[in-house]
Formats: sequence, structure tokens, C-alpha cells
Amino acid sequence: MEKIYTRPNALNKSVSGYCPGCMHSTITKITAQVIDELGIGERTVCVLPVGCGTLGALYWNLDMVISAHGRAPAVATGVKRVSPDSVVFTYQGDGDLASIGLSEIMHAANRGENYTVLFINNSIYGMTGGQMAPTTLVGQKTTTTPGGRNPDTDGFPMKMAELIAQLTSPVYVARFAVNTPAYINKAKEGIRKAFQNQLDGKGFSLVEILSNCPTTWGMSPIDTLSYINDNTLAEFPLGVFKDREEEQS
Amino acid sequence: MRTSLLVAGFGGQGIMMIGKLIGECVFEEGINVTFLPFYGPEQRGGTASCTVIQSDKPIGSPVSEELDVLCVMNQPSLEKFLGRIKQGGVLITNSSLVDIHSVERKDIKIIEVDADRLAYQIGSKKIANIIIFAAYMAIAKTVPIEKVKAIALTKLGKKPELVPMNRAAFDAGVQIAIASQC
Amino acid sequence: MEQIFMKGCEAIAETAIRAGCRFFAGYPITPQNEMPEYMSRALPRVGGTFVQGESEVASVNMVYGAAAAGTLAMTSSSSPGISLKSEGISHLAGARLPSLIVNVMRAGPGMGTIQPAQNDYFQASKASGHGGFRTITFVPGTLQEAVDLTYLAFEYAVRDHNPVILAPDGFIGAIMEPVTLPDFKEIPETPDWAAIGYGKRGHINLIKSGGATEAEQQEINESAAKLYERWTREDVMVEAYHTEDAEYVFAAYGTSGRICKSAVDELRDRGIKAGLIRPITISPFPYNAFKNLDDTRVKYIIDVEMAIPAQMIEDVKMGVEGKIPIETVLSSGGNIIRTSDIIQKTEALVKEG
Repeated sequence: MEKIYTRPNALNKSVSGYCPGCMHSTITKITAQVIDELGIGERTVCVLPVGCGTLGALYWNLDMVISAHGRAPAVATGVKRVSPDSVVFTYQGDGDLASIGLSEIMHAANRGENYTVLFINNSIYGMTGGQMAPTTLVGQKTTTTPGGRNPDTDGFPMKMAELIAQLTSPVYVARFAVNTPAYINKAKEGIRKAFQNQLDGKGFSLVEILSNCPTTWGMSPIDTLSYINDNTLAEFPLGVFKDREEEQS
Repeated sequence: MRTSLLVAGFGGQGIMMIGKLIGECVFEEGINVTFLPFYGPEQRGGTASCTVIQSDKPIGSPVSEELDVLCVMNQPSLEKFLGRIKQGGVLITNSSLVDIHSVERKDIKIIEVDADRLAYQIGSKKIANIIIFAAYMAIAKTVPIEKVKAIALTKLGKKPELVPMNRAAFDAGVQIAIASQC
Repeated sequence: MEQIFMKGCEAIAETAIRAGCRFFAGYPITPQNEMPEYMSRALPRVGGTFVQGESEVASVNMVYGAAAAGTLAMTSSSSPGISLKSEGISHLAGARLPSLIVNVMRAGPGMGTIQPAQNDYFQASKASGHGGFRTITFVPGTLQEAVDLTYLAFEYAVRDHNPVILAPDGFIGAIMEPVTLPDFKEIPETPDWAAIGYGKRGHINLIKSGGATEAEQQEINESAAKLYERWTREDVMVEAYHTEDAEYVFAAYGTSGRICKSAVDELRDRGIKAGLIRPITISPFPYNAFKNLDDTRVKYIIDVEMAIPAQMIEDVKMGVEGKIPIETVLSSGGNIIRTSDIIQKTEALVKEG
């Protein structure tokens, strides 16, 4: 009998500890599938953040380095520079990448580090219990914006993909979602491209993936899907913001 | 025997180069030596000074309150450091920029080197420090002057077109020192 | 071996390369800029990597990454920059990654001045970050010693799987004096624990600076504590200079130490029995050197530091256990300790009887 679906080798057999309905599971799975399909697992190093993504340490069947909060791009720079044959990716949330690690991600992108960044944006701090993130939507209630995010005092959601696409060095910057099967397929292709660029020595690729947090958004998982459609996508449009390959062709 | 030298002037006058070259020459002669720079926060125009200690024993403090020799490249440095010269010590000035009329001390030997003016005549204001360096080495006599010249021209001589100018500056400094000791 | 006349920061950088360091990340700060500048020229020549980080924070985390991938790595900075690096130093210690951090100390606190000082004793010896870790911390007294200790630092870092701190005061960083450099070491194979991809290894490597459970974290702490205890037995380094018959014993490290050495010579010329205890490691601290002083003979310990208030004095007190009175000669702000102040202070104590 032909096996048509299986656990990717890049993941171990642990049961996921992510909250029910959390899209980390989906994103982790499609990333693991890409790693398998490219056949790069044995030389891949995953640089983990601080946040829910740190839990990946329990699931990835890959060499891993857990970094300090926000510093994954700097840590990945160290790994990749001394071990250029390794395939290196960071897996960071929005608090990690867009707030405390803003400097590290911008400068790694600007140096054009030849690695892959997966940026999981769910508009909130999940692990610490639902505080405002730089990507929290205007009006969105969090434990530190009980009246909803007020742009007069809290600013507006930061569009990281667009910001990074402004830099000259990055080769591929795109935003995807995973709240429909069609979006999941597209996201997987984006992740594949971001890894392939690294394998081809092209330079820095960042894939932002819009995610959810049923627990701190206070919604059932199924409701988060329509919330993303109705609200998140309005603020964070999907698309490819930079693709050097297309610029050249 | 421990001797202490302080070189001081504006940042940008090549103060450190004087100290380092002296350090290099003395080191090549097998004498214990330390060179310690002191910078202000500015890259140009602030006060810069450096201390060179030479000794036949291992060197403890790399600075000295009492100076055997003080080289000053500008007026503020003279005023700041004059009082630290030992009795019987030596003051070397860049007389293009330093006026010694106010110096009342009779217990020191003063050697005036018109370094900036000479440097202009030779062809570059940047070589005033080489003139002062050469004058000091000729007075100190710790290292044979021909050896000093060879070391200095090697250290300074990255651009071949500058070698004749460096050589001229060096010779000018030595001549002034010899004349001052007659 | 041949001596060369070299600047402090550059000699330390060159020695690091000879010791096998192949990755350096740093950020400009006075007075240690010659170190990254030297590395940017010299590391590529031996196939190493230099990165100018966008911040101290990024630089130390780049070192964390390079070390995690099994390369000997270092960063350098000066006092305010080390505060910024303290997060990363704690992570290096938590993950037990071999690495070297050089702190060319300047005056503090806060911005302080850019001039040399010894204001970071507590930070360098006790708490270079959160979480109660220790490092071996070297405080060289001459440039030759800085070179020798840099070489040893990488050996200890590899031996202990731990970051090592070299904390020369700014005078050592800036000074030029003759040094003999060590030979180039062979670069070892990438260690088995490094995170570079599991390859043919058959198991994955996870580099992390914390425990997954309370029990694991306690085990990590206990294992580190055993290492720190071993240092106190085996790795203490100290110079005792003319202490055998000394009645007045200076306690001083780094440049203060070498100045005190001259003061000892001068005082002995004047018939005063002076001596010096000069810690070379301040972590582990040479408590026994002080504990073993004969309190029936030694009249005073004179703690000499370029820090106000004095910091090392706390460790000296612990060593002396209250048996010998302690006086101080101090300077700060970038003012170098004056030999004459040390001599005057000692002579005044002698007069007092």
C-alpha cells in the first residue's frame, strides 16, 4: 500500500504541547515537510526564539540553538558564518522579532545573512499571557490594552515584511496566512522558496506567516479563522514584497 | 636607570607617532620600554599626550610624575606640564607654536625646534612631529642615530614618494639638536 | 622566542587568533577599538570571521551562535558595553559555551569617562549577568601577562565548557611594550556537541541556556557549582612579591599591581619591609594568599585600586578575616595611581608605628 501522508522526519514523535487550534502546529508541520522534501534535515540548524516558538525544542528533530529573547537573528548569524554548509533558519514570534529583537532582525536583513527567517505573527504575546505586541491590531483588546490598542498612545501595528522589503540586501520577503487550506499550500511554497534561496547562496529570506492565538484572543479556534480573514488580513495584506529573482527576470 | 618622557600637543599633531617611534627605537636597542597614550575624547584638536618610560629594570608604573624630558608641540601643553620637569631635565618645544618667554625655570635645559615652519619649508606640515622625534633621539643618544634613522624611515615609509621628505625632516631635527648642544 | 613591540589590544587580539579563535563580533567603544579593528584585518587572513555587530547585544549573541556551532569565539568591549553584553554572557554561562569576553575597563559608573580604570571589579568577578553564574576572570598586570592569559583563557574555556573573562584595565589595553607571542594552535575538529546539523551523528544537539524542568535546572546549577569549586582549589593565580618578611602588604591587581611592585622596590630601598599580593585571577579569588599572612608580623594591608569606592577590598577582607587592619590608596575617573601616593601613605603608616 502506498503511504500518502506521514509525520515528517524533521519532527519527532512527541505530542504537540501547543494549545488546541494554535497555528504553530500547522506552520511547524509544513516547515518540517519542506525540510524533508529538500532533503536537508541532517544539516539544518533551527534557531529558536523566546516565546511559544521555544516549545519547538520539544518537537523538531533537528539540531537547535535556543537564543535569548529577540536575538535569534544574531545567534543565527554566528552559526551560519562559522558553519556555512549548515542550513540555518530562525523561527520567531512577533514580540521576539518585531519588538525586543527589532534591531537584530533589521541588521541581519541588512547584512543579507544567507539564512531563512520564519516570522510567526499572531498579533499578541502568547506565552506571557496575552499582552500587546507591536503587531496588535488597532482596537484589539489585550491584557495591557484593556480598552483596545489605542494608536494615540500605542502606535499602529508594525508591518515587518514591508519594512524589511525596503532594505536593499534581502532577496525574498513575503507574507502568507494559514487559515485556509489554499493559504497553507501557498505558505508552504513560500517557505520552500525561502530555504531554496539559502541553498542557492542567494542571501536573506523572510517569510511572515499570519497566525492566531485562540487562548489569548479569547476565541474558539474556528472563530480565529474568520477573525484573521476579517481583521488581520485587512491590516496585514498577503503578498510578496520583494523577490530579487523576479526583479531580475 | 629609569627615564621618563612626556610628549604633548593637540590631537592631530602626530603626538602618538613621536612616542611610538621612540618606543620602537629604544625597544630595538634592547632597553625596557613602555609607551602609554592618553587621548581626550576628540579625534582632532583636543589634548593628546603620551608617556615613554625607558629603564634597565622591568618597568612598574608606565607613567611618571617627574619628567626627565618634556616635548611640547603647543602652548597649553607647556603650561600644563612645565612644572613636572625634574631639576636638570630637558624641555623640547615646537617653537613655531610655543612661546617660552614666560618660562622662569633656570634649572632645566630648553631646546627650541622650529618644527612647524621647518616642516612647511621641507614640504608638508605633517612632518613636524618627525623633526621633533629626531631632535629628541639625537639629544637622548640612547640609540645610535643612524640606527634610529633606519628604523624610523622603515616605519614611516609606506609610500615611497614620502621617503625623501621624511629623511629631510629627520636630518633637520638632528641638526637642530646638535646645534643646540654646541 | 622573538619579542615584538606591540599595543595591548592588538597583542590580545593576535594571541586570541593564535589560541584558535576564529570568530569575533564586536561594537565600537573606546578604549578597545583596536581589538575589533585588528580582528577585521587579521581574522579573514586565517579563514576566520569578523562581524561588526549592530550593538553589544547583537555581538555577544553572535558569539553565542558561533560558539554553539563549535567555533572558538570572542567579543571585546569596555565597561558600558559589557553591561549590555551581560545578557549574552549569562546565556553563554547558562548554555556552558566556550568563549572569551574581554572587558578593557574604563571609568564608571554610567558613561564614566573613556579613560582607563578598574571600576568593574564586582561585575567582572561576581556578576557579569543575571542568574548567579561564575567565570574564571583574569586581570593581567603587564602586556605579556595579558597575552599569556588570553592563550590560557581559551584553554580553560574549552576545558570547562564555560565563558572566560579577561578584564585588563584600560592601561593594559592602550600600552605598548615588548611581548613574546605564543605559537599558532591547530584548529580542532568541530566538537561532537556543536549544533551544525545532526549529519551522521544519530542524535540531535540542542544548545540551550536553561533547564526544561525545575529538576533539570537544579542539576545544571549543581554541576556548575562543582566546576566553580574546582576552580577555587586548582585555578587560583596570584603573585606574591616580597611577602615573606613584609610588614606592609599591598593588595593590588592589573596596572595598580605593577605600580605597587615599583613602590615595594622603592620602599625596600628606604628600609621599609613592603610586599605585594597581586591577584591574577579575581574569580576564583586568592583568599588563601591573604589568609596565610602572618598577622603577628604584617602591620597593615594597603588596598590599592583605581576605583572609588574600593571594590576588591571586599574580597581582601574575606581573606584577612579581620586579623590585619586594611588601609587604601585609591584613584578613579581615569587618574592613574601615583607611586608617590603609595609611598607617602606607607611612610605615614610606618611613622604611626
